[in-house]
Amino acid sequence: MDIIVCIKQVQDPDIPPRDFKVDEEKMDVIPPANVSPVINGFCENAVEAAINLKDEHGGKVTVMTMGDEKARDGLKKCLAMGCDEAVLLQDEAFGGSDAFATARILASAIQKLDGFDIILCGRLSSDWSYGTTALALAEALDLPSVSQLQKVEKTDAGIRCERALEDGVEVVEVSTPCLLTASNEINTPRLPSVKGILMASRKQIPVWSLADVGIDPDAVGEEAATIEVTKFYKPVFDGNCEFIEGESLEEAAGALALRLREDKII
Amino acid sequence: MSNNVLILAERAGDKLALVSSELCGIGRKLADEKGGSLVALLMGGAGTQELAKGLIALGADKVLAAESDILDGYTNAAYLKVIDAVITEENPNILLVANTSMGRDVAPRLAFRHGASYAHDCTDLSIENGKLAAVRPVHGGSAISHVRSKTDSLSIASTRAKALPLADIEEGREGEFMEIGVSVDEDEIRMNFVEAKKVEAEGVRLEDAEIVVSGGRGLGGPENFEYLQELAKVLKAAVGASRAAVDAGWVPTPMQVGQTGKIVSPNLYIAVGISGAMQHMVGAGPSKNIVAINTDAEAPIFQRARYGIVGDYKKVIPALTEKCKELMDS
Ligand SMILES: Cc1cc2nc3c(=O)[nH]c(=O)nc-3n(C[C@H](O)[C@H](O)[C@H](O)COP(=O)(O)OP(=O)(O)OC[C@H]3O[C@@H](n4cnc5c(N)ncnc54)[C@H](O)[C@@H]3O)c2cc1C
Ligand SMILES: Nc1ncnc2c1ncn2[C@@H]1O[C@H](COP(=O)(O)O)[C@@H](O)[C@H]1O
Repeated sequence: MDIIVCIKQVQDPDIPPRDFKVDEEKMDVIPPANVSPVINGFCENAVEAAINLKDEHGGKVTVMTMGDEKARDGLKKCLAMGCDEAVLLQDEAFGGSDAFATARILASAIQKLDGFDIILCGRLSSDWSYGTTALALAEALDLPSVSQLQKVEKTDAGIRCERALEDGVEVVEVSTPCLLTASNEINTPRLPSVKGILMASRKQIPVWSLADVGIDPDAVGEEAATIEVTKFYKPVFDGNCEFIEGESLEEAAGALALRLREDKII
Repeated sequence: MSNNVLILAERAGDKLALVSSELCGIGRKLADEKGGSLVALLMGGAGTQELAKGLIALGADKVLAAESDILDGYTNAAYLKVIDAVITEENPNILLVANTSMGRDVAPRLAFRHGASYAHDCTDLSIENGKLAAVRPVHGGSAISHVRSKTDSLSIASTRAKALPLADIEEGREGEFMEIGVSVDEDEIRMNFVEAKKVEAEGVRLEDAEIVVSGGRGLGGPENFEYLQELAKVLKAAVGASRAAVDAGWVPTPMQVGQTGKIVSPNLYIAVGISGAMQHMVGAGPSKNIVAINTDAEAPIFQRARYGIVGDYKKVIPALTEKCKELMDS
């Protein structure tokens, strides 16, 4: 079973709100100093799911990302977790690509590889949350897709997927090749082992440019984007919390109940 | 290209889902601004046609109903085929879906296929210079971006639950109703719906509750949700959770409140042992009154709360439950 995982490097989503800064002019975030980017959480779930499938059924896992030099660290980590190969898609011309252009770049690059059974992605990126790239990639490659998986299994009939829904689960069987997206319920990503880190450090990560990927320059970058950002800012919250105190916590709790009653909230 | 707005309405069992009303509300507004009609599509198994007629009273000018056994269980391949045919036939300028497990699953594929723009998880939509404009919280709610479609042709957006007002209901409103045929060949869809397992909430549904009591990692273990159940029983509240509590396996996913869980808008939200991460507040933020109980006075949840108690919930919750019971009984 050969699997391709598409990952994205993102700003650490656990940065506390007070350290989260934006440049309203440039309409972009200002990354805090000394905080490294991380692999998008759902992408890490996708990597873990891929490695588990490989461990059970054989084959290899190739991890791929379109991004800058920092994205290389993410690929390294995936190799250390147990992925077999990595490809970095990097070109100035890719800058400003929207989710559709990213999907086109990934699709072209994937067509250069030797085929696959499954493409695994994350259900959403935690930074810009386009919620688009993975399923657009499925469309670009004309693959059946099943999204937000909380469980995946290979069966005789194909791939058995459990989708995590608002009010339960949905079970779908899909044939290969296919594209799947992982939700956080699917697993807890492993930490790379020391041995894994050593092995990863010896692996070369090829960098593919626009020419290597073989994509029309007009189909990527800012010019090709279908949407423009017109305004960007941090929301403000008034933060007028009234702390209820008392001789004891029990007393404070009683006072809170009374306040809620006075305000006709309960 | 018409100036019409197409919405993908949804069913919730044998009713129209609330998001259908939200879509009709905003869809009506955009269609009026564009000078076009509002077309609503409802897909599903038995009973879909009857339910679809209800969309006219919610503001749709034209209602399309696709009823078929193959649409009873959701597979995006079959749904996409139906929607695709409708897009080709109706040629809408705007397509709106709800950010649900169905809406967010079909929209990107449709957008790519039709060369459309797509704005995901929007909290407001308008028309600017004839183009679809949207407000999108990003970075887990830490930043807000305003975006605008660059295309004059089809623009697609998904709407965040509870962000937009429900449609006005106008009983007796007239509109066109059409059944549409469904021809989906099981082989061509390359997937097979097996089953859906619904988790029925005991008591009040989280999305509909007037009061929600939510627990996070600070509870320390699954058994401690019992504290919240007791309080919820007294207040007739629903019980929710943070993702940390769900990820720890303490409670099932349908209880998760937040960006990737449920969006709730109760009159009262009691957050217990929840730090108040932005991604959680995306779901809890629409609540009218937030009360936080947390041992850490610096926890960001207090920035969003109206009332707070700094302290151990094991002391606070039983006393709060007792006092509430006394007040409710009197
Ligand atoms: C893309 C993405 C999507 C996400 N979606 C969601 C989502 O939908 N919903 C969601 O909730 N999160 C979501 N998250 C996760 C979110 O960022 C936080 O990690 C999560 O909300 C933290 O949960 P918590 O507040 O329970 O845990 P913590 O942040 O660990 O907070 C626990 C709190 O409990 C307090 N505490 C400890 N002991 C006690 C005690 N005895 N009494 C009282 N208080 C106590 C602590 O002071 C602390 O503030 C998402 C993250 C990402 C990246
Ligand atoms: N630059 C990228 N390189 C590789 N994969 C990506 C990239 N951007 C997005 N993806 C994939 O698409 C998923 C959804 O991203 P998004 O559309 O931004 O919400 C991610 O979880 C990744 O699996």
